[in-house]
Amino acid sequence: MKPIIKVEGLGKQYRVGSRLQQFATLRDSISAAVRKPLAALRPNGHSETFWALRDVDFEVAPGEVIGVIGRNGAGKSTLLKILSRITEPTTGRVELYGRVASLLEVGTGFHPELTGRENVFLNGAVLGMRKAEIDRKFEEIVAFAEIERFIDTPVKHYSSGMYVRLAFAVAAHLEPEILIIDEVLAVGDAQFQKRCLGKMNEVARSGRTVLFVSHNMRAVAQLCGHCIWIDGGQVMSRGLSNEVVVDYLASSQPQKMDGLITKDMHYHDKLEELSFTRIDLLDKYSNPTIVSYFGDSFRFRVEFEVLAPLKQARLGLVINKFDETVVCAVQHTDTALNLLNLQPGNYVAHIQVDVPLVPGPYYVALFAKPDGGYWTSAERSLDYIAYALAFNVEEVSAEGGAVLPTNALIHPVSNWTVEGLDYI
Amino acid sequence: MTIANNAGALIEAETLTNITPSKESVVHSLPDKPVIVIERRSWLGLDLRELWAYRELLYFFIWRDVKVRYKQTLLGVLWVVLQPLLMMLIFAFLFGRIAGIQSDGIGYSLFAYAGLLAWTFFSSAVTAAGNSVVNSASLITKVYFPRMLIPVAAVGANMVDFAIAFIPLAGMMILWKVRITGNLLLLPIFIIMVVMLAVGVGMFMAALNVKYRDVRLALPFIIQVWFFSSPIILPLTIFPEKLRWLLALNPMAGIIEAFRVSLYSHKSFDWQAIGVAAAVTITFLIFAIYRFKRVEREFADLI
Repeated sequence: MKPIIKVEGLGKQYRVGSRLQQFATLRDSISAAVRKPLAALRPNGHSETFWALRDVDFEVAPGEVIGVIGRNGAGKSTLLKILSRITEPTTGRVELYGRVASLLEVGTGFHPELTGRENVFLNGAVLGMRKAEIDRKFEEIVAFAEIERFIDTPVKHYSSGMYVRLAFAVAAHLEPEILIIDEVLAVGDAQFQKRCLGKMNEVARSGRTVLFVSHNMRAVAQLCGHCIWIDGGQVMSRGLSNEVVVDYLASSQPQKMDGLITKDMHYHDKLEELSFTRIDLLDKYSNPTIVSYFGDSFRFRVEFEVLAPLKQARLGLVINKFDETVVCAVQHTDTALNLLNLQPGNYVAHIQVDVPLVPGPYYVALFAKPDGGYWTSAERSLDYIAYALAFNVEEVSAEGGAVLPTNALIHPVSNWTVEGLDYI
Repeated sequence: MTIANNAGALIEAETLTNITPSKESVVHSLPDKPVIVIERRSWLGLDLRELWAYRELLYFFIWRDVKVRYKQTLLGVLWVVLQPLLMMLIFAFLFGRIAGIQSDGIGYSLFAYAGLLAWTFFSSAVTAAGNSVVNSASLITKVYFPRMLIPVAAVGANMVDFAIAFIPLAGMMILWKVRITGNLLLLPIFIIMVVMLAVGVGMFMAALNVKYRDVRLALPFIIQVWFFSSPIILPLTIFPEKLRWLLALNPMAGIIEAFRVSLYSHKSFDWQAIGVAAAVTITFLIFAIYRFKRVEREFADLI
C-alpha cells in the first residue's frame, strides 16, 4: 500500500554550543567574530556538532498506529519536531500525504486570563481547527471535559485537573488524517488517563494514522500495532510492537548475567542503611540463570549489605512483565518472618516465589523499606532497584501438549472434572 | 534474542484486536502529490497561499491579544484614548503654552494629537511585535503555523486601539470646527503606510530578538530616539534646514506630516517626502520579511 508518511534520509544536526547556550547576546557575537579569524587558524576549530537524527528512513501506511520508543535523548523528540514542522531537518525529506495535527503538549496556547470557552476556540485554532469546526464540536468538547458549569470562568481559576481535561478534550476532537502525539497521557489523574487512553484507542481505530511517542510501554503496546525504536538518532528496529518493545526493554536494562548490582542501578544516589549488592535467579542446581521454565518455582538469592544498624526494615521483591505491568509484589514478612533488626554486615536472602507465569520476559525490582511501612514510594525506600534482574520464562518442551494462553499473566493449575449428570 | 520471541507471542492477541479498524474507518484515497513536504528549504519564498490558509488563526491571535490586554483593568479600553490625550495635554502645556511653539498654523493640541495618534500606534505596535515571538516560545516549540502570524497579529491588535483613538480626534475636530477637504480621502493610504512600517520594523526586531535578547532592552531606547527624530510634538520647521534631508529618510516623518495634512489641510502634501517614506517603508518591509524568513527556521532551536 502507498505510504501516508514517507521519511527518507532524515537528519538533524545541532551545534552543541547553540543548543546548550540558549541564546547569545550581541556582545558575544561580536567578540566571537573578533576571535573567529583566530579560531579558523586553529587546526581543530571546536564548533562541535552532533546529529540528533541521522539517516532515518521509514514509511507509515495509512491507518497505521505506530509507536515511537527510545530512551531520553535518542532523537524521538527531534523526529516529532521535524514531522510537526516545528524545526527543519538538516538533511533528508519527509512526504506527508494528508493533513497533520501534532499534539506535543496538552493545552498549547491556553491563556490563563481567558475563559474556558475562549480557550477552546483559541486552542482549537492553534491546533489547526477551523472556527466552523470548533463551533460544531463545542458542546461535545465541553461535555467530554465535564466542565459545563465553569466554561465561562477564566482558566486561571481552574484546578489543574479541570485545565488538563479541557485541554485534552479540545485535542481529542481534532480530525486530521495524521495525528502526532507525544506523551500527553502523562497528565491528569489515573481515571482521566484511562479515559484519554480510551479516546486515543477510539482515534486509532477510526482509521487515522497515528504516531505515538511515549515512555509508557504498556500504552504503546496496547495502542500501537507497530513500533519504531530509535536510539542514537537512528532507527534500531521497526516491527510489531510487542517484538520491538521487548528488544528495547532488553537493551535498556543492564545486562544482568552476572547478577551484580552496580552503583548506577540504585534509585538513591547515596545509601545510608542498606544496599543491595547482588541478585541471582537460581536453577534447579542452584546455579545462576536468566531462564526459567514454565511451572518451576522462582528461586532468587539476594545479597545485601547493612551499612548502619537496621530497625524494623522490610524487604520486598516485585516481578514485572516486560511492559511494566506488575505481576506480583512479595515481602519477607509474607512468610511470618519478623521485621528485620540487623547489625552492619553482609547478608543473604533466599526467596522462593511460586507463580505460574506464562512464557515471556520479566524483570525484577528490589526494595527495602524502613519502619515496617508498606511499599509506598521509591523516595522513602532504604534502597530501591527498579531493574534488578531480567529473566525469561520459557515454555516446557511440547511433550505435555499444553497450549498456554499468551495474553494472560499467569497460568495457574486448575483442576477440572467433567461428569455426566443423567445417570448418577 | 530469545527474550524477544516469547513476548511477541505474549501480547499478540491483544494488539491484534487493537489494530483492526472499526466500521467508521476513514476512507483512504491518498492524494498523488504529498500534501506537505518537509525538507531544508533553500528558497525562502513567501508562501502567500499558506498565509491565507491560516487567516483564521491570525484573527484568533489578534482577538486574544485584544481580549487579554484590558482584562482586569479598571478603565479598560478607555486607556487607548487616555494615553494620547494625556500626552497631548502635557505637550500642549509645555510646548504650546510655555514655549509657544508655532505649530504650522493649527492649534497645538490638534497638531500634537494627530502626531501622537500615529506615533502611539507605531511605537506600541513595534514594541509588541518585537517581543511577540520571544513571548510565544511555548507556542513555537509546540505547534506549527507560519511564524509570521505572531508579529503581524501583534500589530493587528494595536490597530484596534489605533481605530478607537480616532474617536477623540473626531470630537476635537468638530469642537474646533476643522474644515474637512478631499485630502481626508488619502488618509487610508497613510494608515496603510504606517501599518506596513510597523509590521516591517516589528518583524525585524522580533527575528533579531530570538537570537539576541539585547533587543528587548534596546527597543525602548530606539523608540525614544525615533520619537525625537520625528515631527510629532515639534513641527518639521523647527529642525535645522541642513538636517532636514536626513529627517526625510525617517519614514515616520513623511507619514506623520501627511497624516496632518489629510486631516487638517493646513498646507499641501509634500509628495517628495511621501514618496521617500513609501520607498523606505516598502524596502524595509521586504528586507524584514526576508530576514524573518531566514531566521524563522531556527526559532524552535534558539528560543
